[in-house]
Amino acid sequence: MPRLKSETSDNQVTTATFRLKGGLFPLTLLEISRFDAVDFEQQLREKAAAAPGFFKQTPVVLSFDDFAGDIDTLPLADILAICRSQGLLPVALRSGVESLEQQAKALSLAIMPASRVKPAPDIQIEQQTEPSEQTESSTNAVNQTETEQAEPCQLELSPTDHVEINHSPSKIITTPIRSGQQVYAPGGDLIIMAAVSAGAEVLADGNIHVYGALRGRALAGVKGDSSARIFCQSLEAELVSIAGTFKVDEDLRKEHWKMPVQVGLDEQTLSITPLV
Amino acid sequence: MAKIIVVTSGKGGVGKTTTSAAISSGIAMRGHKTAVIDFDIGLRNLDIIMNCERRVVYDFVNVINGEAKLRQALIKDKRAENLYILPASQTRDKDALTIDGVERVLQELADDGFEYIICDSPAGIEHGAFMAMYFADMAIVVANPEVSSVRDSDRILGILQSKSRRAEQGERVEECLLLTRYNPERVEKGEMLGVKDVEEILATKLLGVIPESETVLKASNQGIPVIHDTESPAGQAYSDAVARILGEEVEHRFMSVEQKGLFQRLFRRSA
Repeated sequence: MPRLKSETSDNQVTTATFRLKGGLFPLTLLEISRFDAVDFEQQLREKAAAAPGFFKQTPVVLSFDDFAGDIDTLPLADILAICRSQGLLPVALRSGVESLEQQAKALSLAIMPASRVKPAPDIQIEQQTEPSEQTESSTNAVNQTETEQAEPCQLELSPTDHVEINHSPSKIITTPIRSGQQVYAPGGDLIIMAAVSAGAEVLADGNIHVYGALRGRALAGVKGDSSARIFCQSLEAELVSIAGTFKVDEDLRKEHWKMPVQVGLDEQTLSITPLV
Repeated sequence: MAKIIVVTSGKGGVGKTTTSAAISSGIAMRGHKTAVIDFDIGLRNLDIIMNCERRVVYDFVNVINGEAKLRQALIKDKRAENLYILPASQTRDKDALTIDGVERVLQELADDGFEYIICDSPAGIEHGAFMAMYFADMAIVVANPEVSSVRDSDRILGILQSKSRRAEQGERVEECLLLTRYNPERVEKGEMLGVKDVEEILATKLLGVIPESETVLKASNQGIPVIHDTESPAGQAYSDAVARILGEEVEHRFMSVEQKGLFQRLFRRSA
């Protein structure tokens, strides 16, 4: 399931036999923390029995980031054989250990950069360390295996994607923000699916979206992000501010009052433009 | 299980106690065993509006402190069969109320077979108001059609949905708006906020509109809850609100300027 595509060439040459395209695929990380051939095979078999749908020629990346024990003498070929016997196809290695990478080359495994190194500027193709709420669409069977994690092989599965979220998740509020209430979304966007009452205050490090009337105070980019914006269905605010530059209602009333607008920062001045 | 309804507003003088008296009487008159508790410790009024002032022996604070039994403090209403009043103390202050104490009294009422418990909140957002709303299942927010009252109601709704027991348990308190002292003629002239404006600002369900009426003042001075005055529009509007609380679908009335009746027209023509 490719999640991101970037075409490298737009004009196809008729004689070309191939073209290179960027693709981003979810991969499961098999984190091995201890190795004992018998234990490993047995525990893997139990997992396979619990989630048979998952163990069907499934590509995995072997990870030894948390390995305890003598990593230099690890029989990588044996691990590969056990994995394959249970329906997992190890395609790459992530360890950062020289001796292991030598073995991997001999076994035709790809070598992934060690943990916490970004292979791409924006997107980290690594397994999320926690099976999180973001993997809602994962199948039940797979979820089951997540909850039954056992030593020594730690199998972390979140098959929907391997894209680590590099920003804080947005905060979504579905109820009205009443007078006297204050809501802050640290590190991300604030999305409010109702009105913000006069006397209420909403703040975010990122953007603020109000799917209702904005009657209170809204401060976006409070940590200084001047590219932050405020969107609202009806501008009736007491104050709007982007990265510390603000306007109060006396100025706001002059134009686009009670209209759907976006507020942005345009060279030190707030620009308010209608959303149409 | 008893349903606990708080009548609150933030602002003072908007008609909380009048509403508590009317609503509790109305629910009781429809056959439900109802208690109405005055949480306005130190400024007790409910007993005056219910005309049981002279029958107060023990009060809410006495019960909380264990100085009297609940049964001794409850006053049986003389008009509505199933209605009991728990008066506030006039000599103590609001700090006499504790969460544990209030919970104990509410629990005892519920165990005693009360179906509805109406909590008449004091004005403000301090301890007394907080105690009145903390255990509520439902809140009737009373507002007058003016900006400051609506703003305070908004504030109260925010506190209700963040500090009450239901909010702490991740649930919502059922909230509804009762607009009192409504005068459609003044709304038309632009001197008063309209129902639509208030509903839009508060984004909450409308329980009813009580028209501005002299009968309300007269009723409270006489100590007869206005709902007993079935002739007056205010009494009828409260009856409608009670029906809606009990789950009936009743169309809203008294929201627009009344058309002149036939008699009035004839009278005018002959004059």
